[in-house]
Amino acid sequence: MLAVFPLAFSALLFCLGVYGVLARRNAVLVLMSVEMMLSAVTVNLVAFGAFGAANGDVLLTGQVFALLVLAVGAAEVGIGLAIILLLYRNRASVNIDDADLMRY
Amino acid sequence: MDLQLADFWMLGIFILAGAAGLLVVTSKNVVHSALYLVVTLLGVAGVFLLLGAEFLAWTQVLVYAGAVIVLILFGLMLTRAPIGPIREDTENSRLAFGVAAALFGFLMVVIIAGFGDTRLDLVPTLTVDLAAVLYVEWAFPLLALGFLLTVALVGAVIIARADVGEGPDPTDDDYIDRTEVPAAREGDSTAEPGAWSPDGAGAPVGISGKAEA
Repeated sequence: MLAVFPLAFSALLFCLGVYGVLARRNAVLVLMSVEMMLSAVTVNLVAFGAFGAANGDVLLTGQVFALLVLAVGAAEVGIGLAIILLLYRNRASVNIDDADLMRY
Repeated sequence: MDLQLADFWMLGIFILAGAAGLLVVTSKNVVHSALYLVVTLLGVAGVFLLLGAEFLAWTQVLVYAGAVIVLILFGLMLTRAPIGPIREDTENSRLAFGVAAALFGFLMVVIIAGFGDTRLDLVPTLTVDLAAVLYVEWAFPLLALGFLLTVALVGAVIIARADVGEGPDPTDDDYIDRTEVPAAREGDSTAEPGAWSPDGAGAPVGISGKAEA
């Protein structure tokens, strides 16, 4: 397989995630966009891991790193949703523009 | 540039998951976004399968397309997300589009210049091979990860506990009182949806709860 395709897929997912984080105001949707960016990074790691495995990497570094990123991403969703729930309970809104308690 | 079978599969996943990813960030309904995210994450799992990482692919299906999406849907439910076509964009969404498009263009230039003719030898990685290095050479990072997951989940429970915080501040200017019932509008039905009445009056026709004129 040409290495360009998975790398381009990863770049596309990452840029869509960047757009979602910057343009949308619903905090849960921002969290979803962050998840998409994390998935893009994982695709990149696995693609370069396949490249490394073909060039004598017996430790499978790319795949193991991707596994670690996957687990950290799952932990991040848990913490992120807990913070969003707390924000909702205190501000009755999940609009990230309302999360300005620590501003100024 | 001769394409193999894996390239065509990869192109198919690229188009399908890319379109779903676009719908995630542009969809007006947040619940639809979460469901499109399932398609995108399944596409990522498909890429893992094509690249020979079978254990990672099924982990992606189980953890992301399963558990994380359920968590996100629960989050949408508990925060009473607007289940209607309400789009909340920041005022600088054009700027955000510009930044994302510029970043994509830059990344594509770098990728094509750097790896334009590189081919990946696709060798399936058996789960037993991954386990053999994961629990021997990578044992310490794995233990550190387990510790991180434990701390993160305990921390999530502590943060989301019910007695933290003082609740919404009614004197705040953007305070929204969720307990007050909205005033009845012209044409609102008084009956419960689906209720039967002898003359058919007052019963809502559609699920919107509005009697048809």
